[in-house]
Amino acid sequence: MATATQPQPAEVLDEQATPIAPPSRRSRRRLWPLLGLTVGALVFLFPFYYMVIGALQREPNSGISGAFPNPANLTLDNLRDIDQAINLPRTLLNSGIFTGGALLTTLVFGLLAGYALARLEFRGKGMVFNAMLLILLLPFQLLMVPLYVMIVRGYLLGDTYLGMILPYAVNATAVFIFRQFFLQLPKELFESARLDGASELRILTRIAIPLAKPAILTAVIVTFIGPWNEFLWPFLVTKRLDLQPLAVALANFISNVAARQANPFGAILAGAVVLAVPAVVLFLVFQRRFQATNLGSAIKG
Amino acid sequence: MAASAATTSRPPLARRLLGRHPVGYLFVAPYVVFLVAIFAYPLGFAVYMSFHDYFFAAPGAIVERPFVGLDNFTTALADPVFRRAMLNVVIFIAINVPLTVFVGLVLATALNAAIPFRTFFRASYFIPYVTASVAVIGVWLWLFNSDGLVNAILGPLAPEPSWLVNSSWAMPIIALFATWKQLGLYVLLYLAALQNIPEELYEAAEVDGAGPVRRFTAVTVPGVRPTTTLVVIAATITGANFFTEPYLLTGRGGPAGASVSPVLLIYTQGIEQGKAGYAAAIGILLALGVMAVSLVNRYVLERS
Repeated sequence: MATATQPQPAEVLDEQATPIAPPSRRSRRRLWPLLGLTVGALVFLFPFYYMVIGALQREPNSGISGAFPNPANLTLDNLRDIDQAINLPRTLLNSGIFTGGALLTTLVFGLLAGYALARLEFRGKGMVFNAMLLILLLPFQLLMVPLYVMIVRGYLLGDTYLGMILPYAVNATAVFIFRQFFLQLPKELFESARLDGASELRILTRIAIPLAKPAILTAVIVTFIGPWNEFLWPFLVTKRLDLQPLAVALANFISNVAARQANPFGAILAGAVVLAVPAVVLFLVFQRRFQATNLGSAIKG
Repeated sequence: MAASAATTSRPPLARRLLGRHPVGYLFVAPYVVFLVAIFAYPLGFAVYMSFHDYFFAAPGAIVERPFVGLDNFTTALADPVFRRAMLNVVIFIAINVPLTVFVGLVLATALNAAIPFRTFFRASYFIPYVTASVAVIGVWLWLFNSDGLVNAILGPLAPEPSWLVNSSWAMPIIALFATWKQLGLYVLLYLAALQNIPEELYEAAEVDGAGPVRRFTAVTVPGVRPTTTLVVIAATITGANFFTEPYLLTGRGGPAGASVSPVLLIYTQGIEQGKAGYAAAIGILLALGVMAVSLVNRYVLERS
């Protein structure tokens, strides 16, 4: 602004190159963010690329040349090795039962609770909601020892799917998502159904749930990644290899048997790819569902 | 007239006692049972255990578990391993919070500009967050191994001993790993916060002669303050809860306990060695610490 008397050369230049200059200036302004974002994306994605590369190497190559695909050094043997060590179909099935069980109970009980907290009036509702908020601030790890004493030593649910699922039976974020969704629906919808004499259960199953498909999909995705990726709790509950979810079996493989394998990293990384793929694919397919508002409530509790 | 007005204004007794939809109790009952059985009761049980010499005995055996007052707490506070674990939480937060706030805000600001491939960038930052820790730790182990790619690139600059077995590097690498894994979430939260800052504020600042840096510090930073509070609180909770990283990445809190975490200590003391009362006391001290940090944060960051 101080050089207001001398802008002529630039202006002249601009005039001469009108079709080119504005885009070039705009693209220069865009260049820095784009460069930063690209560096960021490399930092975030490289380990995943390297995971796949490492999982396919016959001879482990951790040098710089190993970061590039080498057709002469490709193999699927690592997948066979990890399957022999931890029985991939079985551990995947266990992960599926653990995750599927938690999803099922979360959907059934979460929809009921979310509907009641949003649309029904009963004494003590506010208390239930506040208790839910308060209790969610508790770190799960604080409860790890008492839960272990109760579930594994008290009810003898060690090495059972039920013991694995219990602490994940109702995902609080899902209850939140359902409550928020049902609150947004117009009041008249529910009132006219009530006037027609429909029971609340009927209103929930025939009107609210069919409308709630987007909320249900969000809740499914958010609930899925919890148990699928979880290590600590199923690790405490399962000692038998044939009941361990993949994350637990792979972690035990990393900490115990890896040293005995000829190519431990190849097998570890092949297992890591199998563990990562379902969650990553689910995320990529439904990534528009990962909205900041839902995730914010997930952290706040 | 007056009588009918009285009857309509006074709903039946059951409705006054229970509310308009008593069926709501049936609907929330499973969730309430879950909250009580999985959260409220174990919380009380944890407090009880922490004041007793609670240890594991053979199933069915009747053993005495005497009340020991604050013994478990004083033992923990005097234990150098516990102190090291608490120090590690502080190191974790000291690395994680500034890095998350700075890089998260920079990436979110860049994403907020009109740029191509936005969906791709958003997705790529988020992928570590949705992936199992166990899977990505496998890659980090390979990357930071003594003959791993990171040391191959660094050559003579590589630390000796290597990252994960070096007592001054083990903890920072864990903090770096956690920051990398969680950052995508905070980028999204910051992006949402940035989009809520009204454009007029930037225009007004520009009219007042504020440059880009001044606009950033005077408009952007205060505008995203609630998200920053959230980042600090979430980082504190993550810092108090990390377990998989020291268990797998640095081989059970190694080298020589340099990366031990409170939860790893709860696991080894409470579950492996069966000293459940002692482990419960560690858990309660940890929870009190997290609550204190959260309250201070709320107070300091939300005062303005």
